[in-house]
Amino acid sequence: MNEAPVLITGGRVVDPSRGLDAPLDVLLEGGVVAKVDERIAAPRGATVVDATGLVVAPGFVDLHVHFREPGFEWKETIASGSEAAAVGGYTTVCCMPNTDPVIDDAPTASFVQKRIRETARVRVLPIGAVSKGQKGVALAEIGLMKAEGIVAISDDGKPVVNADLMRRALEYASMFDLPVVVHEEDPNLVAGGQMHEGWASTRLGLPGWPAVAESTMVARDVELAALTGARLHVAHVSVRDSLAAIRRARAAHVPVSCEVTPHHLMLTDEDLARSSYDTRFKMNPPLRGEDDRQALVSALADGTIDCVATDHAPHHHDEKAMEFSAAPFGVTGLETAFSVLLDGLVLPRLLSLSRLVEAMSTAPARLFGLPYGTLAEGAPADVVLFSTSRSTTFSSFRSLSANSPWTGKTLRGRVERTFVGGLEVHRFGAQPPAGPAA
Amino acid sequence: MSRKPEVPADPASFTKKDLLDIESLSKAEIQMILDTADSMAEINKRTIKKVPTLRGRLVANLFYENSTRTRFSFEIAERRLTADSISFAAATSSAAKGETLLDTCRNLEAMAPDAIVIRHQSSGAPHFLARNLKCAVINAGDGTHAHPTQALLDAFTMRRVKGKLEGLRVAICGDVRFSRVARSNLALLPKMGAEVTLAGPRTLLPPEIERTGARVTTRIEEAIDGADVIMMLRVQKERGGGLGFPSDREYYEFFGLTPQRRKLARKDAIVMHPGPMNRGVEIDSAVADGPGSVILDQVEAGVAVRMAVLYLLIGASGDE
Repeated sequence: MNEAPVLITGGRVVDPSRGLDAPLDVLLEGGVVAKVDERIAAPRGATVVDATGLVVAPGFVDLHVHFREPGFEWKETIASGSEAAAVGGYTTVCCMPNTDPVIDDAPTASFVQKRIRETARVRVLPIGAVSKGQKGVALAEIGLMKAEGIVAISDDGKPVVNADLMRRALEYASMFDLPVVVHEEDPNLVAGGQMHEGWASTRLGLPGWPAVAESTMVARDVELAALTGARLHVAHVSVRDSLAAIRRARAAHVPVSCEVTPHHLMLTDEDLARSSYDTRFKMNPPLRGEDDRQALVSALADGTIDCVATDHAPHHHDEKAMEFSAAPFGVTGLETAFSVLLDGLVLPRLLSLSRLVEAMSTAPARLFGLPYGTLAEGAPADVVLFSTSRSTTFSSFRSLSANSPWTGKTLRGRVERTFVGGLEVHRFGAQPPAGPAA
Repeated sequence: MSRKPEVPADPASFTKKDLLDIESLSKAEIQMILDTADSMAEINKRTIKKVPTLRGRLVANLFYENSTRTRFSFEIAERRLTADSISFAAATSSAAKGETLLDTCRNLEAMAPDAIVIRHQSSGAPHFLARNLKCAVINAGDGTHAHPTQALLDAFTMRRVKGKLEGLRVAICGDVRFSRVARSNLALLPKMGAEVTLAGPRTLLPPEIERTGARVTTRIEEAIDGADVIMMLRVQKERGGGLGFPSDREYYEFFGLTPQRRKLARKDAIVMHPGPMNRGVEIDSAVADGPGSVILDQVEAGVAVRMAVLYLLIGASGDE
């Protein structure tokens, strides 16, 4: 990667990894951050990017996306999903293994890595399955997949119902220093639920999905994490009572982390009710009550929730153009996440800008032990430039799917440019660059 | 008591495109439907029970879920108004070949029906269609969500017998959780000034149901005490209602409408049931077939109410 150096001048550098929020220049050279300083002189042949009025931050890191390849390429591919990531300011994303076949052995992980090398525009890191076929019965080839570069294990999309298997997975994964990402849902309590159980589900006559279906599983798994000392990461926390279990575990120094999605931070079951059965509001876990939503916002602000993850879950238009109970669960998120949270939380002063950047970049990178999420000199040159005053209208998407509650909406905040390893992979208003970035 | 048929309302004054649920109707609109149904009931008393009001209109009845009463009732209503009508049940249709609901309805719409009457097992299916179709959509029951024409015919029946809805004390008893009939009645009755008490096993009461404004109890006696109307709900075993209690006989013991319990209501109280009944489970035959039972009057009212709904939604205004 011997492209010309890039000098980003006149921007406001927000780098939570070093507690930095100041007007500084940033020099990217040789694929790394070469220098961050006041007024850097442009080296010979450097591309100068005027970032006046913009924020310069470490590129966003998403620990939870679904790129559907192999097996469901009509919904998304590694190429289209990573392009959506670049547009959203993401430089690293971790893709879940619920593909067809499931990423549960070395050859499949290796195939995905090959597709990533051939087609990805940003850094895409695969997550392997916990159990063979995500069936929750026998452990997947965790060690061999680690050798193929998986960064965590998860049966995401499905819970690990068998507590003994979860215990063994935690013990086994800890040998390889891999976090176990848990999708918490007790299927007996969910019992065919289509939306959060509450007043809205009562009115809509849709089967309710109670909060305890999540919180009881979180309570179980933090106990197992305490027993095993393994790294537990709770995916898409959606209810207040899960936070209580996580806080208790933290207080006891159990190594537990968790993430929250933009949609659970901004929307509730009443938004679904108002939408009159719009399947773009159908996801797993479901949109919760207003009490839960507020608890999630506070927990993100106070650090109980470590990071934001989109759970980008693309589905084809035809699959969503259904009666509510027949449509699949899932919403996209990579292209909208930044504006949704800037407009919804930062500008109304519910969250600081530096905390948003930390939760979208520094914190998730740290949780998975990745060298990203920082503009420290020598770090990979993964950078996002965004405006907090300009708006974005979400009329079309680079993702193959458009199942977003924010389709057609205009929100403040715009991702202007994204750099991966010093290479520009997104510029607002420009056509996507040809070929893979990395 | 029978009312003198009035001049039917001008359909132009009823501005809704669809009838999806009771929540989206105003009190005045409910009143208008019930008043129009009064006129329609008069037609049903004639020797020649047919008027040319909807001549040349096409109504398609789509029943994705089993129904006898509601489907017959709509078909009879359509015929009495001289609408052309076609009906299909999902098992015999293209749904069996894997066609989506939306595609089926768009194909149907290409043949220019004025209204689609739909019953579907998925809550919100009529709302989904209404958003995507230009013709009128009438909800004939969607999942566990709504059954607006049932609530209207229930109100019509109560109003006929009791003369008014305002101030009536109505007990709705049984499997509320899985009942679209209960939900639609809970939307309609308080709006019209009736007082509702719900009773059922805790396992069959949906969360936060008291926010409808109804009183909620798990003792059926408490609900029936002093009631003007006892509305029994069918235990919806096909939707999981049977998981809410251990056995039919235990249900009957604690929640069945027995002759003894019926006595707790006012002397002139009426007994209603949307059908089909589970005799000996939620209702004793002696009550279902006994004095004060208006269960068959409800069925009769169904035709008049559905005629009114069809007329108001797709009838031409003026004197056609």
